[in-house]
Amino acid sequence: MRNIWVICRKELGSYFASPIAYILLIMFGVIFGFFFWNALGAFVFESIQSQMSGRSFPMNLNEWIIRPLLSNVSVVGLFFIPMITMRLFAEEKRTGTIELLATSPVRDIEIILGKWLAAVLLYACLLLFTAVNFAFLFKYGHPDWKPLLIGYLGLLLQAGALLAIGTFVSTLTKNQIIAGAVTFGICLLLWVLEWVSGYETATWAKVLAYMSVITHFESFGKGVLDSKDAVFYVSVIVLGLFFTARSMESLRWRS
Amino acid sequence: MIKVSQLTKRYARTTAVDQISFEVAKGQIVGFLGPNGAGKTTTMRMLTCFLPPSSGTATVAGFDVLEQPMEVKKRIGYLPETPPIYPEMETSEYLQFVGQLKGLSGVDLTKRIDYVCQRCAISDVKTRLLGKLSKGYRQRVGLAQAIIHNPDVLILDEPTAGLDPKQINETRDLIKDLAGEHTIILSTHILPEVEQTCEQVIIINKGKLVATDSVRNLQAHARGAETVLVEVAGRNSSLEIPSVQIKLEQVAGVSRVLCKEQIDSRAVFEIESKKGSFVRGDVARAIVESGWDLNELRPAAMSLEEVFLQLTGNEAARPQETPVEVQA
Repeated sequence: MRNIWVICRKELGSYFASPIAYILLIMFGVIFGFFFWNALGAFVFESIQSQMSGRSFPMNLNEWIIRPLLSNVSVVGLFFIPMITMRLFAEEKRTGTIELLATSPVRDIEIILGKWLAAVLLYACLLLFTAVNFAFLFKYGHPDWKPLLIGYLGLLLQAGALLAIGTFVSTLTKNQIIAGAVTFGICLLLWVLEWVSGYETATWAKVLAYMSVITHFESFGKGVLDSKDAVFYVSVIVLGLFFTARSMESLRWRS
Repeated sequence: MIKVSQLTKRYARTTAVDQISFEVAKGQIVGFLGPNGAGKTTTMRMLTCFLPPSSGTATVAGFDVLEQPMEVKKRIGYLPETPPIYPEMETSEYLQFVGQLKGLSGVDLTKRIDYVCQRCAISDVKTRLLGKLSKGYRQRVGLAQAIIHNPDVLILDEPTAGLDPKQINETRDLIKDLAGEHTIILSTHILPEVEQTCEQVIIINKGKLVATDSVRNLQAHARGAETVLVEVAGRNSSLEIPSVQIKLEQVAGVSRVLCKEQIDSRAVFEIESKKGSFVRGDVARAIVESGWDLNELRPAAMSLEEVFLQLTGNEAARPQETPVEVQA
């Protein structure tokens, strides 16, 4: 446990000692800020319209702002995840520091968990930025906070799954760009897989749609904690980290 | 302390290390000598549990590298060829991280950091970013990292590669200094380095063990048959090469004389002595007494390859030696 934390702290240190963390935070903050401003603008416009037309329009902050924003974040996250994970192992392999880790009395799985945890924590920092915007909703309105919390949990689980895949990809190469590009490709593919369900109802289409990381977020976005979806994300995390461990082992046999 | 037997590392097409066996006693400094690509790094990586051997065994302090890697890793300090540093970290931060990785914490860790900083003379760069340090400092930080947990065994892969002469001397002194407390294996492709720092030498070439010997014996091998270059000039702007050659060949202990080049009345000869005889004085006297000028007399720098050739030539007679593979 201690070793995991030692590695994790070192990784977080590297993120925040270099511009990576700040650039990601700023980019994410700006993009999410725009989404929020947009969603709020639409909400205000709609509510004025409905008031003028005299319709009693049931306006709900959760349904109108929080839910669409959370699913936006889950998609934007796909673009940020490769940038978080691409350096994890590729950098260590390139500079040779992997030799230090691999010859220290630390187990491979501790190294992997430490690095993955650092990536998850950095992603959590990004999510913290969104919390700033949501805080305004709580200041001026009365949204329900429980669905929001479940939404955050879903985002973290989804990111955890993709970050585990990214961590695995990063062990495959010395080149950060390659690691980032491949991870991005996988993330994108896992997003669009769900599209086949739009026109095809055969079993294979269902399987493909099931593999899509986005479909499993829908329930979380609604504020429903569905164990089926949670299990999906957790299994992807375990699978990704398992592959990472195997890849690290094979690194020693091949190198 | 270290026992290696029949250690082999095979890759898909090549055999990087081929059935190497040697032993290192506690507290010794052993030089691991071989040209680039000889398998030095691979052997060291197997000893540090970075690479698993294909066959054969290696034990460090009684623990097998395959069976009990954790125990081995706790007892080994390793400096790879390029110091494994994180450029975005400060020196003290980095040493703290490595110390924690090696299982140190609290007051022990602080004490060890202070100790290794002072020992490796890096106290003045404690708060500098590693990425901004010079090559020499990085190497010393690398050494500090290797000794932070006070390991029984130190494995240093080309610790002086890429340093300037002053830094090389400092690093060698530091290594010699550390020898009392640790068993040290250091690899190098520079012969004098072994002579200056090591007690025992292990020579490998193309993955095979060529010789394990004490440094004194190796020196005897290398120096036994000495090669000297002399430049001879004629007094009155004429020099008869054959007569000089005959004169030089007559000197006691000379086995072979070769005329390397001739410019006007000057000529450079390469003189090879017989094993165990020192001919420089006699050669000089012979030249001067014959009425020629002796412009220059210097020992020909013996390249490692020549030492290898010599060693393998001499060693081939010994039955227990593994003969060096001859490439077609």
